Amino acid sequence: MIDELITASVLASGIRLATPYLYAAIGETFGQRSGVLNLGVEGVMLMGAFTSLWAVYEFTPAGATSYYAPALLAGVLVALLVGLVMGLATAVINVSLQAQQGISGIGIYLFGLGMSDLLFQKVFRGQVITVNGFPRANIPVLSDLPVLGEIFFRQNLLVYLAFALVPVTWFVLNKTTLGLNIRAVGQNPEAADAMGISVTRVRYFTVTLGGMLASLAGASLSISLVNVFQQNMTAGQGFIAVALVYFGAWRAGGVMFGALLFSLVNALQLQVRTKGIDVPDEYASMAPYLLTILALIFASRRIDQPAALTKPFERGE
Amino acid sequence: MQLRLPRSLHLDRTLDALLPLFAVLLALLIGGAMIVLMDANPIDAYRALWDGAFGTKNAVADTLVKATPLLLVGIGICISFRGGVINIGGEGQMIAGGLAALAIGLQYKEADPTTVIIACLVGSFVAGALWGGIAGVLKAYFNVNEILSTIMLNQIATFSMMYLVRSEFIDPRQKNAAAPIPETERLPRSLDLPRIGETLDDIWEALGLAGEGARQWGTTLLHNGIVIAFVLAIVVYILLWRTTIGYRIRAVGKNPHASRYAGIKVKRYMVLSLMLSGGFAGLAGGIQLLGVRHRMNAEGGAIAFTGNAGFNGIVAALFGGLHPVGTIPASILFGALLVGGNKLQRTVQVPAALITALIGLVIVFVVASDIFVRHRSRRRVAATVSEASSEAAGVRAGP
Repeated sequence: MIDELITASVLASGIRLATPYLYAAIGETFGQRSGVLNLGVEGVMLMGAFTSLWAVYEFTPAGATSYYAPALLAGVLVALLVGLVMGLATAVINVSLQAQQGISGIGIYLFGLGMSDLLFQKVFRGQVITVNGFPRANIPVLSDLPVLGEIFFRQNLLVYLAFALVPVTWFVLNKTTLGLNIRAVGQNPEAADAMGISVTRVRYFTVTLGGMLASLAGASLSISLVNVFQQNMTAGQGFIAVALVYFGAWRAGGVMFGALLFSLVNALQLQVRTKGIDVPDEYASMAPYLLTILALIFASRRIDQPAALTKPFERGE
Repeated sequence: MQLRLPRSLHLDRTLDALLPLFAVLLALLIGGAMIVLMDANPIDAYRALWDGAFGTKNAVADTLVKATPLLLVGIGICISFRGGVINIGGEGQMIAGGLAALAIGLQYKEADPTTVIIACLVGSFVAGALWGGIAGVLKAYFNVNEILSTIMLNQIATFSMMYLVRSEFIDPRQKNAAAPIPETERLPRSLDLPRIGETLDDIWEALGLAGEGARQWGTTLLHNGIVIAFVLAIVVYILLWRTTIGYRIRAVGKNPHASRYAGIKVKRYMVLSLMLSGGFAGLAGGIQLLGVRHRMNAEGGAIAFTGNAGFNGIVAALFGGLHPVGTIPASILFGALLVGGNKLQRTVQVPAALITALIGLVIVFVVASDIFVRHRSRRRVAATVSEASSEAAGVRAGP
């Protein structure tokens, strides 16, 4: 049974399914490292998922049978723009207006949930539209490797980009002045402020970046993984992305590990269903959540949580 | 020496109380703009919304039925937020409560219905309390952020429901047939929560309110869950503001460190807040099952059973100023928006999803406007202090 379950194609789909988690969780990592918890990721993802699909649909010439690169580019740009706007709004709410972050995020989530559905009903009358999303892009030579080639190197651009973001994030956070400022602001905003770092500006940057990546996460679902939009299609992935940041202890590598854990379980479930193997797949679905709770228990024993997480900063008089 | 508040400060307090209303008005205004963008007339749309929510006795009954889980979840939220814990787990706790009520109802189909109904409701409260209590213990003793743990527990509850509905609780008739959607059998009608329409008609007649369309409530789907919820809202008010336990819950929420020095067992009260909060959400699930759904199914996730009440209850509570009695009108307002949204969709072709988006905006506006309340209250303190010191100076300078 095991060899039927864990095949190269299942592992490849595990890698692929990690994309939305990765974009969203990496964006959230930036925000949390600077001290801002954005619980609205799910809502931004839904907006990104819908708007990017819409753009791809609009820009693809009628009757096209395969992908149309400018349309895909438009999809990504529209998602980034929507994420930028929603990220900025989140920053205004959480940073400038110092709203309680656990609750404002629920508001942003409900807004995105409703708004994306509203647009979907209005534009497509609630009908599921399929678009030609990102095509597979084989990496020369590497994709010919036995097994590994199929698992890692026959994915599409958005998948490669998501994994490329991991080392980039590590580098930015740990090896650049910007990263130092972000960490300082999340650890001790008063001290950072005294050093002349603008807490507000840094947090605006991270939260807006987080919004853009969350929106891109949604796009990676709708125009790269499944190529359709459905009401509430993220089904909690945005909330998981927030938890993954805790799971990964605010480090890009840890976040990637967590994302892969969730996505591999998802891939296994799909396989269980298609093969009709008689395992209650609810157990498998539950496992990552239980593991996350366990991870949170262990994470809480460490001291690496950004000290100012969820605490608004206000300059003393 | 008596300190008097300057008159403008009273005005300030009124403004604070009105802020949530401004938030709704602003959201409706934005909603109006969105309706215009969708080529519909906002006035027609909002009239349809109002009619759908309050236009007929049936509409009012639907609104109250929809408000019931919001109010129950909401009064639980009042407890947890006042106790300094953020319970996002209403969805999961509702499911836990629904499952408990379902299990009890299916087990004792033949027993005395009234006893079984009470057992179901008590069971749903206990199940919700235990589910919430997990997050409480994790927070108090393992330092796990309750926002995250409750979100995880929501998903776990949803999958548990799907699993149980497909296996233990599946309708026996479905076992052989290839059924499209696995679901449980309908609970016996004797376990439906009693309808209160007839009683309401009697009261209406006694009050002389019944005009030409006399005895209209009797045909509505209004069940006694709303009465239970109203009573419990007042009970929770008494609990929070008139008992030692409530005082301690609030003290822990305001300042856990000071509470610890005052000898309050802070961790226990954190767990208690989450248990009570979960309990009321669980009860909302039990009432949702016995009053509205009567069965559970394995498709559509949590939202198919809860109708998102686990989240919308948070909105109602925030809107009601985290006060259980204030949550009553707030939950009716949001119940009305949700019910009216369907009419909006039918008559002016504006998707009901608009309402979800607007509710999201209301939350954002309410939490974002908090800063004005905080700033003003700080100014109030500053003003009172400076007045006190100047009066004190005056006393000293006097003869």
